[in-house]
Formats: sequence, structure tokens, C-alpha cells
Amino acid sequence: MSQTKQVKQLDRVIIRFAGDSGDGMQLTGDRFTQESAVFGNDLVTLPNFPAEIRAPQGTIPGVSSFQIHFADHDILTAGDRPDVLVAMNPAALKANLADLPKGATIIVDSHDFTKRNLEKAGYATNPLDKLGEVDDPLAGFQVQPVDLTGITVAAVAEFGLSRKDAARAKNMFALGLLSWMYGRPTEPTIAFLERKFAKVADILGANIAAFKAGWNYGETTETFVVQYEIKPAKMRSGTYRNITGNLALSYGLVAAGVRSKLPVFLGSYPITPASDILHELSKHKGFGVTTLQAEDEIAGIGAAIGAAFAGSLGVTTTSGPGIALKSEAIGLAVMTELPLVVINVQRGGPSTGLPTKTEQADLLQAMYGRNGEAPVPIVAPQSPGDCFAAAVEAARIAITYRTPVFLLSDGYLANGSEPWEIPDVADLPLIDADFATGPNHDTGTLDADGNPERDFWPYLRDEETLARPWAVPGTAGLEHRIGGLEKGEGHGNISYDSANHDRMVRIRQEKVDRIADGLPPLEIDDPSGEAKVLVIGWGSTYGPIGAACRRVRRAGHNVAQVHLRHLNPFPKDLGTILKSYDKVLVPEMNLGQLSKMLRAEYLVDAIGYNHVYGLPLKAAELAEAVGALVGEAEGRDVDLGEHGLNPPADHEEAPVK
Amino acid sequence: MTTIDLPLPGARTGTELVPAVEEGVTQTAKEFTSDQEVRWCPGCGDYAVLKAVQSFLPDLGLRRENIVFVSGIGCSSRFPYYLDTYGMHSIHGRAPSIATGIATAREDLSVWVVTGDGDALSIGGNHLIHALRRNVNMTILLFNNRIYGLTKGQYSPTSEVGKVTKSTPVGSVDHPFNPVSLALGAEATFVARTIDSDRKHLTAVLAAAAAHRGTSFVEIYQNCPIFNDGAFDAIKGMGEHKGEKEHAIIPLTHGQPITFGALDEATGLGDKALVRAASGGVDVADTATVPADAILVHDAHNADPSTAFAISRLTDAGYLNRSPIGIFRQVDRPTYDDQARAQVATATEAVAGQGTPEERLTALINAGDTWTVD
Repeated sequence: MSQTKQVKQLDRVIIRFAGDSGDGMQLTGDRFTQESAVFGNDLVTLPNFPAEIRAPQGTIPGVSSFQIHFADHDILTAGDRPDVLVAMNPAALKANLADLPKGATIIVDSHDFTKRNLEKAGYATNPLDKLGEVDDPLAGFQVQPVDLTGITVAAVAEFGLSRKDAARAKNMFALGLLSWMYGRPTEPTIAFLERKFAKVADILGANIAAFKAGWNYGETTETFVVQYEIKPAKMRSGTYRNITGNLALSYGLVAAGVRSKLPVFLGSYPITPASDILHELSKHKGFGVTTLQAEDEIAGIGAAIGAAFAGSLGVTTTSGPGIALKSEAIGLAVMTELPLVVINVQRGGPSTGLPTKTEQADLLQAMYGRNGEAPVPIVAPQSPGDCFAAAVEAARIAITYRTPVFLLSDGYLANGSEPWEIPDVADLPLIDADFATGPNHDTGTLDADGNPERDFWPYLRDEETLARPWAVPGTAGLEHRIGGLEKGEGHGNISYDSANHDRMVRIRQEKVDRIADGLPPLEIDDPSGEAKVLVIGWGSTYGPIGAACRRVRRAGHNVAQVHLRHLNPFPKDLGTILKSYDKVLVPEMNLGQLSKMLRAEYLVDAIGYNHVYGLPLKAAELAEAVGALVGEAEGRDVDLGEHGLNPPADHEEAPVK
Repeated sequence: MTTIDLPLPGARTGTELVPAVEEGVTQTAKEFTSDQEVRWCPGCGDYAVLKAVQSFLPDLGLRRENIVFVSGIGCSSRFPYYLDTYGMHSIHGRAPSIATGIATAREDLSVWVVTGDGDALSIGGNHLIHALRRNVNMTILLFNNRIYGLTKGQYSPTSEVGKVTKSTPVGSVDHPFNPVSLALGAEATFVARTIDSDRKHLTAVLAAAAAHRGTSFVEIYQNCPIFNDGAFDAIKGMGEHKGEKEHAIIPLTHGQPITFGALDEATGLGDKALVRAASGGVDVADTATVPADAILVHDAHNADPSTAFAISRLTDAGYLNRSPIGIFRQVDRPTYDDQARAQVATATEAVAGQGTPEERLTALINAGDTWTVD
């Protein structure tokens, strides 16, 4: 390192890479993430990209971004406001500027600030021309214009690529520069490029050259004088890897197959943001996983139900619109009481909505979106890595209770990533498929030898769980018919008897309710034990809620947090917990779905905090809302100071005990 | 995009991988009959098909527990309840997708789908054509009564134009599907048509369908005595069509010249024959007026389905006065389920020496860039 450079210590940084959809920002962000993960920082990422594969080049709708928050301590969110924005073109600058706090660093590719690109982004004049002037639109920011494209093209000249191909390596130049600035290890990225471009030597050479040129540019030029150091985070001992929610979820399904000794059968139809699970599972045939890309959403679940009847762990994956199409088949699985895992990677709705953005507005659809009384258990992961455990839990409930189970992930969990403490496989629950092997019912008559005759009743239940036997075709003597018509209790033949129907409806509900008997008590995060306000959530809001609660506590106030893995049935102690706090706040990325359920179930005055921006909740804003409620509950003014919306903000570290 | 030449599993029969009963054991129709009361209307054609199937299944010689019947919704879809095999009465139109899951998950099951013209061709049309193109090893029995029975008498996707029903008081304006043409267009590998009342023909077609590896599509003309009585009277030579049967049915037998009508005892040919039309299609001609070698000889195994399609077009779209009956097409093509299982088997064998599933799972989740915190 040259002598003139300073090194500054930071405890955390939020960087956002933004560019055109074709600029490779997701790849750049992903590589920076891997470098940071290997370095040992805690991190959370937030990819954000348009639904169009190639939106019009240079326009604001075509901007794709990737945000990473990394720290020397345990963090919970991808951060509200980036400290550093890398903008590859004017549209990327314009689209992201409003999210930056004053003082933020902006690195722009000055090469792309052409008249044409400025016009496309809606800039009448070039904001870079006015830097430092009275009317500087970027005043208050530390702007670093670098000719990323020009320097990259020059750096890769020896590989003889077309100008267009040469310029495409500029994302690696930017990655190299940022890697230098934050002292990231370079080996993982070089190894990655060597794998990715093994068969195209010139592209490989150009990408590595651009990456190194970016690093060297930071180290040798006078433009950047400060290098930052963010020490590794102190994390619980264990082996870690960085993982996205969709990958963790896929591995969880493979794990559920291994631990239940059942072949996994996925019936699915491609849909954003769930398709990656289909892609990933199709690679794991060696674990006995079968994937069927069906002709439509309904056939996807139909095949999964058929496979479940035949003795597989049936799984179907989709997003909200797909669930709408699968609803009738989910009802069939409720009626036939077959194990089935239904995965909804939620996105913005209604209808086609916002395919690439996140939302959690399908909770009531999962809860009630079927004809008739059709209870379906619901589980939700709270972070990308947690998708693994949630998938295993969904399969455990499905198989144990012979029921379809909803797993509600969302677009943020699906594509976001975090360090994941890799579990010991031996610690995962063993799931007993417990197939029926023989008759289960005395007919009341005697056979020729005078022994009681026994036959098979497909709806004779386990006394504890109320689960019915799972008798798979090929088992002699257990031939039976199931279907969507109402079943007679026990024998399972068609019954139109009104009293039987009333009883069967109640039994199906009771079976789902009894899942709560096997659930552990909820974990209550109430460090002081003196909180009057409880913040309760589900799904991917765990991070922002946790970060908001930490801010409130750092400002010296008390607040409790509970996060629900199980949305149906609710854990048995939930009612008591809710009633032991004066105020209950329910932050959700919908207009109040969990809060509605809590109000209905427990008659508590659950207060909603609801945003549907297609993005995760912002911790600072949520902290202000929590603080205000704490003030109300405690009858005093609560000012969070720098821990709320006021600068410097954006600290998520838990307060020192 | 890359395409890979897949190893093709060798030709097999439809039931080759399904466990058979022990040698010397004979099964009876009674063993295949469940204890459930059959609840179709008196005179319904479904009774005849049920009896034929119950009598035929023992002849298959398969273990009863390895047979699965799947149905959708409609009168005919009650079928599985009356057979003492494994069965699922599912939801409207979706039986082919459920059966696809069963057949793909398990090579040791004989999978049957029972469906109707509304179930298979209207609400479930998509699943039907995709099952046929995938060629999943199963047999689809489509009971075609050209009416909606369970919902009490609306026109169906096979009803003739102009049909007056509850929902079309001044006549239907919907052009009907010809199920055989549709199946051929979907590249089905086995396509046949038979009649509920012709037990012998029905049974022969069922046997051929079961023996075929891949999706066997069988359209069964089936009379609904309540809402569409007499729809097949011409084909059956009944009612006012008494004596017309031999002119209404064009029998298809592989390797035989296709003739029908009044039989000439000497030649063994009917007085009508199918000949190649100038358009490339198929025409009906007087046998006496055409040279013997001009009469079309039925070739169900022809890789090119165009002639089978041309023959299928001889079916009346209006009231059914004439229709070809028999096996239109029977060709070999690798099945979806065999190939899907082969891919899983290949992958499973490849990792056979790499430890227990738990050990391999540990390796999987620990792959890539990991780091350890002490």
C-alpha cells in the first residue's frame, strides 16, 4: 500500500451498486458479498431489480441494484440508507439519490454521463458539471466521478475484445475498486471468475484484468485517499457460508427428504421469484429428488398430490398468483389428508402485481383462501438462512399430520442473503413417514378360523395427532379410495350425512389445532423484562423489527419482540404473552393481516404498522413508530435521537448489557 | 441453448414393471368390485363400462394393490369408488396431472384415468394434451356422452352445433372437439375409440391400451339416457336407426383394408371403402367402383399420424351417423416417466459410493466458500 493512504476503522458500511439491468450489478454485488462473507463480516443483502429481463437501456425503470450491509457486529437488515452508492449511469444516480443520507459517497461512471443517457434519465443538465458550484445538485455528497468504462477498456486492451465486450468488464473494475476501499480479499473473486469463464480465455483475462485494475486504481491514484477497515464480526462459533433464501429453502427440502427417507417430488411451474427453487432441486436427483416442470400451476400441485398419494414427499413451489390457481387442489389435499408442502415465495400483488418486489400480503390467502372450512398449517422463515429450517419444519408437520402445509417465504428472503451457520445434519429432526402396513379396524365379524376379521379404514385416526394412516399403493390389503367428496368418519367412504359433515369439519380443524401441542414456547426478546410494548411480526420483517427494537433500546427505552414461525396454528402461549403487554405493535408488509388474525383470535388491540413499498421495512422509521408507542404506553415523550431518523443513525448493534 | 441426446429406455409393455399375481392364481371380477353401491342412473352407459373393466382387470394378471384409478369430476368420475383397487376421485379436469405424479413417482403401478368429455376436454383440456405429449405411462378412458350429466344437462365440448340444452335454449353455437383428432394432434402414441355397449370390442381395446407403454387414450362412446339419450343410436343401430349400424361404424383393424357397410361374403369386404382423396385426406367410396389396391389398409403403427388424423375426420361433428371405431394409432415413443426415473437413477448410482444420504447432505450444505468461527 502506498504511504499516502490512510486507513480508517468503521464498524459497518452500507454499499449500493446500481446500474443498468445489463451492467451486471447483481453479479458485482454477489461477489462483494462473498468476499465480505469469507472475510468474516456479518452481512445482509438486498437485491432489487426490474421485472423486465432487459428494460430499455439507460432508463430509470431499467435500473438494477444490489445493496449490502456489512459490519463488525451482528446486524439484522440490509440497511435503510446506503453510505456508498456506485452509480454506473445517470439513471442509476437519479433512481437512488433520494435514499442517500447527506455525506454519503457517490462513485459514478462519468463515461456514461452522455447527453443521450442524461436525457433518458430525465436530467436537463449534467449534474457532474456543477460539482462544487453554488447550484450543485449533489452538494452535501462526496462525489467521485471516475471514467470506469474508459479505464476498463484501456485496461483490457491486450485481450482484443470488441469495445462493447471490453466495456462490459467495467463492473469488475468497480468491484476491484470497492474491494480495495474496504480491504476485501480478492482470491474468492478471481477463483470465481476462473470457474465462470474457464472456457473463454479472453473474457476471463479481461475480467481479471479489469478487477485488478480497479483495485490498483484505488491504491495508486490520488482520487481515493482513504481505505476503510471493517473487522470481522464476532459470531457464534460454527461453520458459516453465505446463502440466499431460495437456496436455503431448496437445501431444506433436500434435507427433509433425507431425514424422512422419502423421495422428494416437486411439481412446479416457473414463476418469479420462486423459480430458483425448481432450478436448484432439479440438480439434486442424486438425493432421489424428482422435479416436474408442469404445464401450469394446477398441474404442478396435481402431480405433487399424486406423488404424495404414491408415497413421496410432495412439494409445489410458486408465488401468490400461482397459489390462487392451486387453491382448489390445496382443498383436495385438505380433504384427502395427504402430506404436501406448498411454498409461496410472496411478491407484490394483487394479480401480477410487482413480480420482482417483496411483500407479505398472502397470509390471509394462505389462511382462508379456499372454499369451505379448509384449515392449512402455515409456517414462515424469518431470514434467508432460516428458510432451511422452515422448510424442514413444514415437511415435518405435513408428514406427521398428513396435511398440506404452507411455507410463506417472500421475494426479499428469496434473493437476499446472509451468513448462515451450517447446521449439523444429525441435529435435524427425524421425520417418520410411518406408512400403514396392515389393517387397522375390527370388522366385528369372525373369519373361518374364528379370529376377528380386520379391514382397513383410511380415516381411522391417530388418537394423539388425529392424523390418518398413509397407505400407499402397492400395499396389499389396504386398497382404498379417497377424493374430494366428504368422507364418512373412520371408514372414509362418501358420506352426505349432515351430522357426519359437521363432525368431519371439526375434526379437520382440531387436527390442525393440535399441531400447537408439539410446538416449543415462543422466545420473548425483552432484555429488561420491563417493556410495556410488544412488537410482534412474522416472516422477513424479523430483521427490520429486531433492528428497530435495538435502536429503541439503545436510546434507553424498553421494548419486547416476539417473532412467529407458526402462523397457523398459533403457539399456545401466544395469547398469554400478548395480554401481558400494554400495547402490541404488528409491523407487516401488508395492510394488516397478522394484526387482523391476532385481533380475531385473542381480542387484543393489535396496532398495525404497514408499508407496501415492495421493499423491506426501514428500521429507523419503524424505530420511530415503536418509540412513539413506548411513549404512549409509558405516558412520556420518547425521543430516539440519533437512534431514530436523525443522523448519524443506521446503527443496528444491540445495546451493551 | 444446449440439447442432450437422452439414453432411451428399451421398449417395454405398459405393465411390465408392475408386479403380477403369483403363477396359478386367478383373480375374479368380484375381487375388483368394491363394497360401495353404484349410483349411476338406471340405463347409464357407465354400468356397461364398469362391468367390462371389472371383468377385464383380472385378465391383466396384476396385483390388485398395484393398480390405481384416478378420476376428475363428472358422472363417470365416480368410477374409482366402485373398484377395489387404490383410487382417487380428484377435482375437475385435473386427473391427468395427478396420475402423472403417481406414474412418475412409481414405476410399479398400473395407472388409469377415468374422465368425461367435460372433465377432459373442457376444464381439463390443458392437462389432457400435456399428458399425451409427455407420453406418461397410463391409460386414459374418456367417457364421451356429448353432454354434461352431473350438472344436469348443459352442452359439452363434444356436443353438436345447434344442440338445444338447458344452457342453449336456442341452440349451441359452440363448434365441438373431435376427441380422437385432438389426441392425434397432441401427438398421442396410442389413440382408440370404442363403444360402451360393445363389450367385446371395448375389452379388446382396453387390453391393447394397457399393454401399450405410454399414454393410451381411449374414447368410449357412452350413452346418457337422461340428458342425451340416443346420441349413439346410429352407431349402435338402435331406435329409429335400427339396421344402420354396419353403415355407421368404420371398423379399424391394423393391417386390414378399411371397409364397412353391407358385407360381401366372398371378398370379406364391406360395400364402402376408404380411399385416399385427391386432397391428401381420406374419402369414402363404393368398394365395387375402386381397384382393390386403392382401398386404404389401416396402419396403426405408421410413424406419420396424418392418415390416422384424416380417418378421424370422418366422424360426424353433428349428430353421429358415422364414425371410425378401433385403434387409430399405436406407436412407440419413450415415456416421460421412464426417462425422468432414468435420470434420477443415473444420478443416484453416480453418488452411490459417496456416503450415506446424511453424509452427502452434509457435503452439499458445506460446499462452496465457507468459514469457521472458533
